Amino acid sequence: MSEATTATRSAHLDDYIPIVGAPEIAGLRALASKLSGRSVQMVNSTAIGGGVAEILNRLVPLMQELTLQTRWDVITGGNDFFEVTKQFHNALHGEPYQARKEQFDLFLATNEANRQRMQFGSDFTVIHDPQPAPLIEARTGNQGYWIWRCHIDLSHPNQNVWAFLRPFIHRYDAALFSSPAFARKLPIPQYLFFPCIDPLSEKNADLDAAFVRSVVERFNIDPKRTILTQISRFDRLKDPAGVVRAYQIVKRYEDCQLVLAGGGAADDPEGGAVLAEIRQLAAGDSDIHILDLPPWSALEINALQRASTIIIQKSLREGFGLTVTEGLWKKKPVIASAVGGIPAQVIHKQTGMLVHSVEGTAYQIRFLLSNPALAQKLGEQGHEHVRENFLMTSNVRRWLTLFLHALEDNPKR
Amino acid sequence: MKRAEHPFQFVTAAYLTRIGNQSAANLGELREALETCSDASVFYHTFQSLERHHFLRVGFSNDFAHWIIAALNRGELAEQMAALDLRSYVALADLRADLLRVTDDFCHAHPRELERPAFEPFYFCESLEVTIPGDLQAWTLEEFRAGLNLLNHASFHFHFLISRLRLQLRTNDFSEWFEKELGLPYLAQKTAHIDIYSNTLEDARARLNQLIEMEFAA
Repeated sequence: MSEATTATRSAHLDDYIPIVGAPEIAGLRALASKLSGRSVQMVNSTAIGGGVAEILNRLVPLMQELTLQTRWDVITGGNDFFEVTKQFHNALHGEPYQARKEQFDLFLATNEANRQRMQFGSDFTVIHDPQPAPLIEARTGNQGYWIWRCHIDLSHPNQNVWAFLRPFIHRYDAALFSSPAFARKLPIPQYLFFPCIDPLSEKNADLDAAFVRSVVERFNIDPKRTILTQISRFDRLKDPAGVVRAYQIVKRYEDCQLVLAGGGAADDPEGGAVLAEIRQLAAGDSDIHILDLPPWSALEINALQRASTIIIQKSLREGFGLTVTEGLWKKKPVIASAVGGIPAQVIHKQTGMLVHSVEGTAYQIRFLLSNPALAQKLGEQGHEHVRENFLMTSNVRRWLTLFLHALEDNPKR
Repeated sequence: MKRAEHPFQFVTAAYLTRIGNQSAANLGELREALETCSDASVFYHTFQSLERHHFLRVGFSNDFAHWIIAALNRGELAEQMAALDLRSYVALADLRADLLRVTDDFCHAHPRELERPAFEPFYFCESLEVTIPGDLQAWTLEEFRAGLNLLNHASFHFHFLISRLRLQLRTNDFSEWFEKELGLPYLAQKTAHIDIYSNTLEDARARLNQLIEMEFAA
């Protein structure tokens, strides 16, 4: 597998000016001016696919443009290593799991091989997620500022795996979490770092209305009628069955269609089973559109979100919920469960509606369909919330602020 | 147009959010944590919250009030918390004392509410401020107007609201400079009266631009 990764240079800072305004970009340049020439190393476990790689692909070139010497490295490992890390990932999300000694040994041996192969020594080293966490062993003395960026929900971790990882985390200078609820009691400072979306990416850029219509019609959805949409993997934790039940309650009173669009069914046996269950639940209702989309469907997802009347995210558990961010950015009224990072995005009755049940979801759908002016206001305020807090430019600003704070805290660095 | 003796120095401000180790699952725990949390935490959930949510023109005042209505559904207490106008405070200790007073009054009247579980916990966080003095300076009102329009939201908020805590005065950096350096007390007073609760930061900036235009016209 690859090591040093070349991020795609697709957008420049000035390209964001029409979206966030010239003062915001000038602010980034002012902050970066005090960091010019400083080196940053980002390390994660995959160059393509997944939210972290998606963010780094955009973040790294922007930091380079701001004259920070930024590099991105990806750890390598065999299939057996990544099978173990997937099990660790699920365990850290709270699933029952008892790792065996040989699994811990394989995890450590793969990290050690990466440590020997990779070069370290940047002013700031950012290790993303648990897979490469033991790379902290590469630190010599107190050299540089080492940051662990945890993108997953650690609120109820499996103790077996967390007890193994925790000693590594204690040796970092700081840990970053996507929600205060995900943080753990640690002896190092913990900071709130929201994930972000890129308004210039295929999934979020403005689309021509004719294109949106053509996509919707291609999937046999009627663009003139109400469209309720949930975009997510076919995963029980996203509660697609609950969404169908909420739709069925609404359907008694309102003419509407339901779109459940996502992926993950092809390469995930459980995803396939969930998809089959949902198809069975929806059988006989031609207004329910279940779309199992391939991974390269960013434009289609963008179009489906833009064509929707209401976006739903009725997850039972959630990381941050970037599909919520995407819906808000498209000025759509969003109804979402109050779990994970969603309450940071959906401020109840201000930028969307928070719900706790199937019945609550159905009630809020009916309420917003009957109050289109309020639905529009929620969508507009949601868009502003994302512009201020959850765009790529806000993410860059947080990194710069963290680096500056680290230097202020220890001017000898 | 008068030239100032000392220039207005525009600053770039940015904030980092530190996750605290306190949380509250009911009103009693919120009250306890309010008493012991850091000033940086009081600042984050009030002054800084207003900047993060500036685009909400109605119904949002501070994180405490929002949590009390959203997670505890106590409208009366939420209203009283929201009614604490940050422009009246020049010290976080005074603001903390009033937040505690309002909470205590409510708890004495409704003792059962202390332990009623919230839908979601309240997590205390802290704001860490980083400021960079910009290259931009203004010696005249015209130069000030040019610089004002280059300030990002956090920096505008830093000069316009947070300055109270720094100056220990019920005013802001802009008004101070207008009055002391340019001898424009009317503009200073009008600027200080711009309402940051019912205006977004962009609206507030537009209103200030309007006031400056009127000053030029006069």
